[in-house]
Amino acid sequence: MTTNKKDPVLVILQMSGAYDALNTFIPYSDPHYADYRQVLRIPPEEVLAVDDKVGFHPAMAPIKNMYDQGKVAVLQGIGYPNPIRSHFRSMDIWHTAEPDKMITDGWLGRAIRDLDPDKENILTAVNFGRGLPRALAAPGVSVASVGDLDSYGVLTGIEDKQDRTQALDIFGRMYSPMIGSGAVNDYLSQTGLDALKGADILSTAPKTYSSSVEYGGSPFAQWLKNIAQVHIAGFGTRVLYTGVNPGTFDTHANENITMPKLWGDVSNAVSDFYEDLKEHHANEEVVMLMFTEFGRRVQENGSGTDHGSGSVAFVIGDSVKGGLYGEYPSLEPDKLDQGDLQWNNDFRGTYATLLEKWMGVDANPVLGGQFEQFDFIK
Amino acid sequence: MSDNDIALMAHLMRRAGFGAQYSELEERAAKGYEATVEELLNPSEDTHRMDLDLGERYFLEWNHFVRCVPEYIAFRMINSYSQLEEKMVLFWHGILCTADSKTQSYVTSHQEWEMLRRCCMGNFKDLLIEISKDPAMIYFLDNCLSHKEAINENYGRELLELFSMGVGMDGEFNYTEDDVKECARAFTGWSIANNIPGQPYGRYPAQFVYNPGDHDEGEKTFLGHTGNFDGEDIIDIIVKQPATARFLSRHLYNFFVADEAQVPAWMDTPVQDPETIQMLEEEYFRSGYDIRSMLRVLLNSDAFKNTRFSRIKGPIETVIGTLRLVGDWSYPKPGFESIFEEMKHMGQEILNPPSVEGWHTGKEWIDGGTLVRRINFIADYVGDVSYPGVQDLVQTLIAEGATLTPKELVDGCLRLLGHYELSMENYNMLVEHAGKNGDISTNTKGFPGEAAQILQMIVATKEYLYA
Repeated sequence: MTTNKKDPVLVILQMSGAYDALNTFIPYSDPHYADYRQVLRIPPEEVLAVDDKVGFHPAMAPIKNMYDQGKVAVLQGIGYPNPIRSHFRSMDIWHTAEPDKMITDGWLGRAIRDLDPDKENILTAVNFGRGLPRALAAPGVSVASVGDLDSYGVLTGIEDKQDRTQALDIFGRMYSPMIGSGAVNDYLSQTGLDALKGADILSTAPKTYSSSVEYGGSPFAQWLKNIAQVHIAGFGTRVLYTGVNPGTFDTHANENITMPKLWGDVSNAVSDFYEDLKEHHANEEVVMLMFTEFGRRVQENGSGTDHGSGSVAFVIGDSVKGGLYGEYPSLEPDKLDQGDLQWNNDFRGTYATLLEKWMGVDANPVLGGQFEQFDFIK
Repeated sequence: MSDNDIALMAHLMRRAGFGAQYSELEERAAKGYEATVEELLNPSEDTHRMDLDLGERYFLEWNHFVRCVPEYIAFRMINSYSQLEEKMVLFWHGILCTADSKTQSYVTSHQEWEMLRRCCMGNFKDLLIEISKDPAMIYFLDNCLSHKEAINENYGRELLELFSMGVGMDGEFNYTEDDVKECARAFTGWSIANNIPGQPYGRYPAQFVYNPGDHDEGEKTFLGHTGNFDGEDIIDIIVKQPATARFLSRHLYNFFVADEAQVPAWMDTPVQDPETIQMLEEEYFRSGYDIRSMLRVLLNSDAFKNTRFSRIKGPIETVIGTLRLVGDWSYPKPGFESIFEEMKHMGQEILNPPSVEGWHTGKEWIDGGTLVRRINFIADYVGDVSYPGVQDLVQTLIAEGATLTPKELVDGCLRLLGHYELSMENYNMLVEHAGKNGDISTNTKGFPGEAAQILQMIVATKEYLYA
């Protein structure tokens, strides 16, 4: 890496609820697809085909455009060993990168510790949304978590400036960690102190930002805008995380009504985000991973699909070598895993690629092992 | 009545309710602890002491509950004297989750909430049957789309995973994927009528219907039992499982006693207080699955009484508790909506759990964003001496003497907030801050503001995050 190149930045988009891989990246010419999906089938002429076999859901046109420009890597057949069809445990596995046992720290939390071992930057990682995803949690790692960037600050209700300064001084001292007060109190102390420092810095981002891009009104679109604001402000943030609310893509029913709207909103927001970055000459150093916790059952249940396994993920950015990675899982009935897509590439291979080839972090200790990497980074 | 009695009552009311002003603590403590527990366990129309009529005249929607249902729920949480009942409805709402973001029918959610109110301290088996027939739940988990010929597993799975047994216990799975499918088969035909879009006729409540023609009559094998089971048979098998006793006991412990590991970790994480959990499990079977009996044993136990400040308050507890403390919203007025925004930004919305798993609790309530929001919200309220509860608190301090030492001021504030306790370091820091100009005269114009600032500093502490 040359010295004048900006530090690589990773944006994670968590599409909670488990989007239906089969109707997101569609094997439209496979006759089995039409058999399994009598109701939910997207007609071939509507699929945004990338070749004679597969293509994007029609509502994902903005992402398909980026694909056509060679900026989208599609990770087909992504999954993890011994698939579990519980949203919570499954998301937990994606967060911790540990399919075999329950652990409390996340893969990005561990990566952040490597990126900023001396905790020089309070804003190395920033989350936007309600609640901190476990992916970002690790002992000693602080992550700013922002619900609304415009109103972020501690004890903002104390109007008298001198009073507030005094109050914040005491607040800072009261949240200083004390020896022997336990892990939870240490966590609370650290969170309080970091919030105090982080808020000061973050609150300046919207003030210096202006853009011709108008994002959609959904919380997800607004959080992506916040991510753009923080990135453009140049605080040295390396990992930015957001997503849709839990359960959003959980299309047990009426999938053909909800999916187009969801993918439309998400795809537009992603496209707006990159337009915004480009306008600020801040696009080349950003790569984005968009994932969900598992795939859905191949056989539709009527108007929706139940929990399955074997999914698809997307890596998007100017530094991405676009194209298809992994294999599309077979739809032959005897090749299915209990009626679900059989995954063929371990999600940790994608994590490893992002960590080593993009972020410059040694993946082995973060992921607890070697995983075959892809070639999707330029 | 000793300070210890009041402090214990403050503890009980933080856990079995949403906290209470000091005068209410005195009133309840005068009746005695066990008598108060019994009163809380046996709510009736007479014990609520709320002017719901006044509310109805203000919130006209309360006549039909097509709108303003979160307002109705929050109003009861703030004003009902039967605090445990409201707390238990919240308890079940966080376990037997449905979300308005999907059901989009307040009138149906209200129906569910009233069912939970009716059943919240009754028999667990009855509650499971009721929730399985609850229209909001049937729609939320798609059981209305589960048919004899095309099973939708959603409800069958969550009934086992999240409503009764949990995935596993002591390192072992509690059921198999086949059990999930068989369970789902047994609930085919349990559906709803009237769940039609709100336009153009407006909402009216969905009703449970049983469609015998759509019920899978075939033989099923569930948890080792074989028979032509329907949903009630399945629930009958579920409530007899040791896993169910453990699951319910652990939830009660996490909600009333001390923060536990999160539900998905229960299979592999041992309970932190095996004796109390065992006591609850035994009471579950002894009483024939009676929730009220379990609560009685729990709230009267030394383990409960002695485990103070070991739960991090949730956002609803924080917001409702603050409003009760300062005496806001004891009657209806405009602007109620903003308190729901507060709860949401702190990470918890009435009628909108983030998923069917409910909310993660304990330290997971707190991150940089939610912490800031929470502190600012409480500090803004207790710092405003125009609220009646804050005024009472200041008047009580004034009545203690014309001059207070810094220590007396801080002690008084901590006591009146419900006998909060600070670490020695933080306590000393506050006393030092309070005494920066020596002793404090209470008969000055500036005193209410000075007292309010101490209150603000207390509610901003780590210690105040706990209940």
